[in-house]
Amino acid sequence: MEVVYKLIDKNGLVFAFLVVGIIMYLSFLVSKHLFKNKIPGVALAVFAGLLLALFGSKKGIADFPLFAGMALLGGSMLRDFSVVATAMGADLSKIKQAGWAGVVGLFSGVFFSFFGGVLLAFLLGYRDVESLTTLGAGACTYIVGPITGAAVGASSDVIAISIAIGVVKTIVATIGTPLVAKTIGLNTPQAALVFGGLIGTTSGVTAGLAATDAKLVPYGAFTATFYTGLGCLLCPSVFYFALKVFL
Amino acid sequence: MKIYGVALLAFCFLTGKLIGNYLGVFLGLESDVGGVGFAMLFLMLAYTYFKKKGIVKELTTQGILFWSSMYLPIIVAMAATQNVKAAVSQGPIAVVIGVVVTLVGFFLVPLISKIGQSQNEK
Repeated sequence: MEVVYKLIDKNGLVFAFLVVGIIMYLSFLVSKHLFKNKIPGVALAVFAGLLLALFGSKKGIADFPLFAGMALLGGSMLRDFSVVATAMGADLSKIKQAGWAGVVGLFSGVFFSFFGGVLLAFLLGYRDVESLTTLGAGACTYIVGPITGAAVGASSDVIAISIAIGVVKTIVATIGTPLVAKTIGLNTPQAALVFGGLIGTTSGVTAGLAATDAKLVPYGAFTATFYTGLGCLLCPSVFYFALKVFL
Repeated sequence: MKIYGVALLAFCFLTGKLIGNYLGVFLGLESDVGGVGFAMLFLMLAYTYFKKKGIVKELTTQGILFWSSMYLPIIVAMAATQNVKAAVSQGPIAVVIGVVVTLVGFFLVPLISKIGQSQNEK
């Protein structure tokens, strides 16, 4: 057995290819035979991934040395690299056409997430401006939350919750997008651009769109990529001061 | 050769990220602002330009297509390496805010795509 562990330890990324390949294969099998393709195989595979993540903690399944390669395969470098590659199939004229809606979506996405998060946090009993700002920022993405929290000097447990909010958002977007896609008319590049700007969590947007219709991924990813930056810009500054004035 | 496609992709990726990072520094943030978006823009422009000039060969395209198709497995691996336990264990606060905010976002999609469309028609 030791030889096997050593082998996998040295070839973690290759082992991750095998693991993900098996997950995908089983998910498509289940989707075809158990759900008659009503729930897309990709959505099941992503869900299976999330379930596997429960076995570990901070880095999900990659907390186990055996699966350390999963963190490399699913890390931001390869994710962004492959997301950029999807742009080859995107139509520049469609992005230009929907540009205005994308910008509106982006700003309203950050605005509604932040103030929605603040309102809910307020109703749940938080009163100090620093905690409210941090929790509202967490409602943007799990990166905006801790950056804002550190900037305004929030306590570490509030920062932890803000990260958790962002992760929940990612999970809901991943699972929920294929379910609501029809209802919200998410079937055109234009709608995908707006969607990316509204939801903003790059991982959630891209995973959700991938499970809905892979052709829409580049459009959603395009606007989502600006979201975290915009959130980091607005939350600890304009939004924080706005809250200070009101509370 | 396929590596030409991968190299073009890598060039666009790094250039886009560089701009995103500089934009972040310029705005006084410690994060990348839209790096992936710029990279996607470059790839679209470069690919269309080279294709028009007839420089892009089938194999070059395949090099990019491979990475674009690796996207789904990478997302699965990413899902498996998230801190799902923390999200679940932080109790109802995180779940309530996370769920509600995302749902609100979902249902704003039709409203805002409409705004955009009417603007375009004008």
